Amino acid sequence: SSAAMAALRGRALLAPLGARLRAGPRAPLRSAASSSPPLYDVVVSGGGMVGSAMAAVLGHDIHFHDKKIALLEAGPRKEYDHMPDSYSNRVSSISPGSATLLSSCGAWDHVCSLRLKPFRRMQVWDACSEAMIVFEKDDLDDMGYIVENDVIMSALTKQLDAVADRVEVFYRSRAVGYTWPLPSHGCDTSPWVQVELADGRRLQTKLLIGADGHNSMVRKEAEIKNIEHQYDQSAVVATLHLSEATDNNVAWQRFLPTGPIALLPLSDTASSLVWSTSHDHASELLAMDEESFVDSINSAFWSNINHSDFIDTAGAMFRSAISLLKPSGTAVRQLPPSVAGVDAESRAMFPLGLGHATEYVRPRVALIGDAAHRVHPLAGQGVNLGFGDIACLAHHLSAAAFNGSDLGSLKHLLKFETERQRHNVSLIAATDVLKRLYSTTLAPLVLLRTWGLQATNALPPVKVRI
Amino acid sequence: QLSLFRFTVKRPFSTSHSSVDSKEMKKFQLLAHKWWDEEGEYAALHSMNDIRVPFIRDTLLSMSGNYHLGNPLSGIKILDVGCGGGLLSEPLGRLGASVTGIDPVEDNIRTADRHKSFDPVLAKRIQYKSSSLEEIVEESMETFDVIVASEVVEHVADLEMFIKCCSQVLKPEGSLFITTINKTQLSYVLGIVVAEKIMGIVPEGTHEWEKFVPPEELERLLESNGFSVRSVRGMLYNPLSGSWSWVQSRSLNYALHAVRAGAPAQSHATDTLPETDVQQRSATAGTAG
Repeated sequence: SSAAMAALRGRALLAPLGARLRAGPRAPLRSAASSSPPLYDVVVSGGGMVGSAMAAVLGHDIHFHDKKIALLEAGPRKEYDHMPDSYSNRVSSISPGSATLLSSCGAWDHVCSLRLKPFRRMQVWDACSEAMIVFEKDDLDDMGYIVENDVIMSALTKQLDAVADRVEVFYRSRAVGYTWPLPSHGCDTSPWVQVELADGRRLQTKLLIGADGHNSMVRKEAEIKNIEHQYDQSAVVATLHLSEATDNNVAWQRFLPTGPIALLPLSDTASSLVWSTSHDHASELLAMDEESFVDSINSAFWSNINHSDFIDTAGAMFRSAISLLKPSGTAVRQLPPSVAGVDAESRAMFPLGLGHATEYVRPRVALIGDAAHRVHPLAGQGVNLGFGDIACLAHHLSAAAFNGSDLGSLKHLLKFETERQRHNVSLIAATDVLKRLYSTTLAPLVLLRTWGLQATNALPPVKVRI
Repeated sequence: QLSLFRFTVKRPFSTSHSSVDSKEMKKFQLLAHKWWDEEGEYAALHSMNDIRVPFIRDTLLSMSGNYHLGNPLSGIKILDVGCGGGLLSEPLGRLGASVTGIDPVEDNIRTADRHKSFDPVLAKRIQYKSSSLEEIVEESMETFDVIVASEVVEHVADLEMFIKCCSQVLKPEGSLFITTINKTQLSYVLGIVVAEKIMGIVPEGTHEWEKFVPPEELERLLESNGFSVRSVRGMLYNPLSGSWSWVQSRSLNYALHAVRAGAPAQSHATDTLPETDVQQRSATAGTAG
């Protein structure tokens, strides 16, 4: 897989301003001033959590005070004054860094007033051994927050309204075509990116930001190569009811040979399920009756069926060795709550895959979120990577605006790409490796990861980095 | 950015007193269409924006009380002398200033006009004119808040006349920003031999070392023509990273900010001894650095 790793690093290996292929077989528009489509400084294509947050953050930036931003969203407007009683089955684990970003555009306050669940602790353990790792912050701060995606969307919609003089949101508007400008020197044609919408309307923009998900049309039209891999797994999500009320401020994840199962707290009595498993098993889980479904979940978390004596002994030996060196190095394993029921209609499944664009930017184009990178949910990182992209890109665009630069200039876009690829590639690769490592029952690999997990649990510096 | 020189073809001026140099014209005409390729011949000038625009912006912001959100230079009238293809005019325009860009090479002005035409905001804020500095003095007395002469004075034939004209078109207490190249052994080796002949950072033949201006000389000329020099800073280009940075030493490139005195400038008769200036210049030639 070193070839894949090298390919993942992509642009970082090549000279920064090396020849970038100019994509786009379509003929660009001539500069007919009278019938020119409206010109925006930035168009964000894709109004999901990441696209909306990008538009909201730019809209609240002081150096964008007089700029024109457009957000294109294929679906309808989503806003709630209060949440429905039942929880949505699509939730995200929001890191403190992401919370800070949402705070910067005023959205976090709305999230807090709708609903969210902070968690203090994360316990991750192996189904094939006793090995586990516990993440906990020393200070009593929250490690992260479990928030329904609808809540985040509603908060962002409110904050987009607040800057409506700068940000124009086009709901129910799908982009169907993009036209790229020719190389900048010496031409009479428009230097801007042309965007064509499904209803025939056209826009022009100085910078196009692709936030249109892992099947990104922006990325495809720009002919940016994407490293893709479909996992043989789907994720099953559901909203679960716990057997008894509890503090429920721990996020649980157990690695089964078929895939990781995670329980994310929603409230004192409810948790969200994310169970990554084979396609067949996922379909079975969706089809079975409620009681069997609940039994499967409890069994997945509690059963020791995958243990072998050999592994247990080896693991125990290692643990005693560690406790000699570092007496407090092994924490007590807590037991996850047991599940009593599931919300009807809340069971759903979606396929999982890995994706990484070899380039995040082109002249006048930048990719963020799943359009740039797609990860396995086991690390709970997905949307946080996207928010990290936003923080980085917004920082560079803000500086560029304050310098009077052309927003679509490759110079600052490349800085964004370098910073984010450096950060994302190692995390995506690590997630992929973890996924593969934990997909086996072979003793040597189990031992390896068992000892690795135990050692990592005992070593504070490594844990903090994660 | 670049030079001022005559239009011997179009304008029937006598050639004796002018800040313009006709040889310089030819050099830039050939490259008139290359301005806007960020990675082409003018790449170093494009990346120079990363330090010269903040320099101008922050100096002006610190001098004025108002700040318009999103348009820090709003309300300021700037003259960009030797604007070339508009590389510096456009960022200044984006920051809210009203910019007049002048350059004697018509092709440069044409390129600049075409490039700004696609952006309606810039098209309104920036006006380009094919002209030398002297030619606009009469109609632009005390018109501008700021003059920017970036990478120009090393191409100019008569520097003192150039400075006098700047003084005339600037409002009292207006700012003058100059970036140029020092005349030192180092600037010969790096600025001409390496930059032009070896690494091709600057198109060959662009510069003549004889015309480089030491900062002491520039300061002297400015101070004796009614300007007060506020700051002089060294600049350095790193060809590996393609970026500029501020440095202590002014042996190579430097930037200068001067302010025109509030009181009426002292008048110098135009025939006050250009020969003296020439003598002084050659006297300092070997020792500057």
